[in-house]
Amino acid sequence: MLRPLLSLLLGSTLLLGVAAPLAVTAVAGRVMPEQAGGSLIRQGDRVLGSALIGQNFEGDEWFHPRPSATSTAPYDASSSAASQQGPTSETLLNAIRERLGDSRNVPADAVTASGSGLDPHISPENARAQVQRVATARNLPATQVAALVERSVEGRELGLLGEPRVNVLRLNLALRQLR
Amino acid sequence: MTLIGWAQIALVLGIAVIAAVPIGRWLAAIAEGRLGFLATFDRALLRAAGVDPAGQSWQRYLLAMLAFNAAGFALLYAILRLQDVLPLNPQGFAGVPPFLAFNTAISFVTNTNWQAYSGEAAMSHFSQMAGLAVQNFLSAATGIALAFAVARAFVRGGLQQLGNFWADMTRVTLYVLLPVALVAGLAFVAMGVPQTLDAGVTATTLGGAGQTIPLGPVGFQLAIKHLGTNGGGFFGVNSLHPFEGPSALATAFQIILQVVIPFGLCVAFGRIVGDVRQGRALLAVMVGFVLVATLGIYAAEAGGNPLHLAAGVAPELGNMEGKDVRFGQALAALFTATTTGASCGAVNAMLDSFTPLGGAIPLFLIQLGEIVPGGVGSGLYGMVIFSLLSVFVAGLMVGRTPEYLGKKVQAREIKLAMLAVLVLPAVILGFSAAALNIAIGSSSLANAGPHGLTEMLYAYTSAAGNNGSAFGGLTADTPWLNTTLGIAMMLGRFAYAIPVLAIAGSLAAKPRAPEGPGTLPTHGPLFAGLLAGVILILGGLQYLPALALGPIAEHFAMIAGTTF
Repeated sequence: MLRPLLSLLLGSTLLLGVAAPLAVTAVAGRVMPEQAGGSLIRQGDRVLGSALIGQNFEGDEWFHPRPSATSTAPYDASSSAASQQGPTSETLLNAIRERLGDSRNVPADAVTASGSGLDPHISPENARAQVQRVATARNLPATQVAALVERSVEGRELGLLGEPRVNVLRLNLALRQLR
Repeated sequence: MTLIGWAQIALVLGIAVIAAVPIGRWLAAIAEGRLGFLATFDRALLRAAGVDPAGQSWQRYLLAMLAFNAAGFALLYAILRLQDVLPLNPQGFAGVPPFLAFNTAISFVTNTNWQAYSGEAAMSHFSQMAGLAVQNFLSAATGIALAFAVARAFVRGGLQQLGNFWADMTRVTLYVLLPVALVAGLAFVAMGVPQTLDAGVTATTLGGAGQTIPLGPVGFQLAIKHLGTNGGGFFGVNSLHPFEGPSALATAFQIILQVVIPFGLCVAFGRIVGDVRQGRALLAVMVGFVLVATLGIYAAEAGGNPLHLAAGVAPELGNMEGKDVRFGQALAALFTATTTGASCGAVNAMLDSFTPLGGAIPLFLIQLGEIVPGGVGSGLYGMVIFSLLSVFVAGLMVGRTPEYLGKKVQAREIKLAMLAVLVLPAVILGFSAAALNIAIGSSSLANAGPHGLTEMLYAYTSAAGNNGSAFGGLTADTPWLNTTLGIAMMLGRFAYAIPVLAIAGSLAAKPRAPEGPGTLPTHGPLFAGLLAGVILILGGLQYLPALALGPIAEHFAMIAGTTF
């Protein structure tokens, strides 16, 4: 029994744990270098971030992403995390009340922490609700910013799966081009 | 709930059921040794590995399985402890501490993939690839091999042999898991999942701050994580991480992968026992449970949290705490129902922040015994156990000796079946009660009130059911929890598998009894209904008191406006 045990365990470690992942890495790097490398957005030599990973934006002149529960700072991509607060958590209810302020009927994604802490998206309603603030801070006509938001809305995948959404990093990148 | 949400659920589940048919046929062919053009290669490979493919008695089959898993545990434990001196550690991580390495090694060997660590902050690329992902394959293959052995018990009249563990395990790995994982891994990369040996990149964000973005060989590992119903994430937040679940399409593909083999094994079972209707009946019960659970979770989560709605949150998006925007409530519900029903344990929404009833359903699905549809292999043999109990219950009602698929079911089988079925509640309720009553256990809780009780109950349920999902607020990386959860995982896997193989051995040795007028047909809607009822009553009823103290109490507290 010892020979099949050892040969199958070591053989499968080499095949499944070394050869196969290295082969997939080689093929993926050759055929799909963009995706395999993390879908990075570059500007010259500078890496601005990943299209898939949310970033924190503060200040009235930017569209804000969702609240993030990553530990050291919001959108710390080195340690993905959720709040893990339950539905009857006093802490969570207070946090939501603070984010709401005096506003009512606010889109849920704007006042709740995402599951990854790195959610790159907000709902279209959330983006629309921020148009006036951003336009005022940038001295732009609200209609122009609103039109940009509408252009930035991504529909359901294959017309069916998931939800309509707006990628905050891409939206803010496009926002910089407006004048 | 929306019509388009239901359309998403119907499409994804429908594709999974359809895809299960060819996979099931191929699994049956492998179980029966019909390997076609692979036969020559197969013979040479087994000879080179020193495998004598002759059949084994149930004791020898069991011994081979236990020895292989024990050796796998030892190897994985060593890799984790020594990752600081092993290659491919670009992040420079230290060796994994002993309690955590023990827990993690047990977790991956038992197909649980409970994670008391966060991958991007603790595991080197080598540990992920050559340690954890290898056990993703081997634990899945072990489960499927056991299912083969159980299925064979119903074809071999009067034989003592259940097949050969080494041959089964090798064939399942090489001819099913690996090819599908290679293709699915590349498909995931195309959808945006990284696959690189780089540690990561540091970005300078638009706001001017730095952002460290970890990368790794994620795509391939992600494929087997779902295909093998393992569920252990490369990253801490599992399939919620934008690199591990980049899109709704990727999440839909993961749902299909994590149920296609459990569903397919029903198809294979029907073919192996020589009556495809038998497999269909089991499959129908599985799909029925998944659908009802999805409906419940979807309704609870899309309805939102009344406390938050009253504070001023708009109701349209439902409960979004702990969820990302791109998946939507429908696919989060289907993912949650399938990942907990199927003993996968990956998550695309944080269960700790679900509404009380939305979180109670995944908990209950695991407690039913991980059989609807259950883990790869373990789901099918769990269903067979419950089928034996169902014919026994029916036999009691009409006063006849029960039989299943031509085998008389007698006292020995029923005693062993009850022994297997009682492992789960004993481990779950015993350990949970102990941990909640001592400070070294209860100090790990993140939430107060009834939700805290649910958090602890969920942890031991997930471990004993070999699921691996969590109410993630629990601080699981403590010596107490690492040790007791490790023991719970071991009992849930092996203390269950041993009586199951003993039953298979005992049934295989019996001659085939001809069907008589008193035989209960086990392929029609009557039997499916009976089976579903027995699963609910025998599998689920003993948890009701605990559920009443946890999620049900919390539900009424929430309606009454109470917070903790």
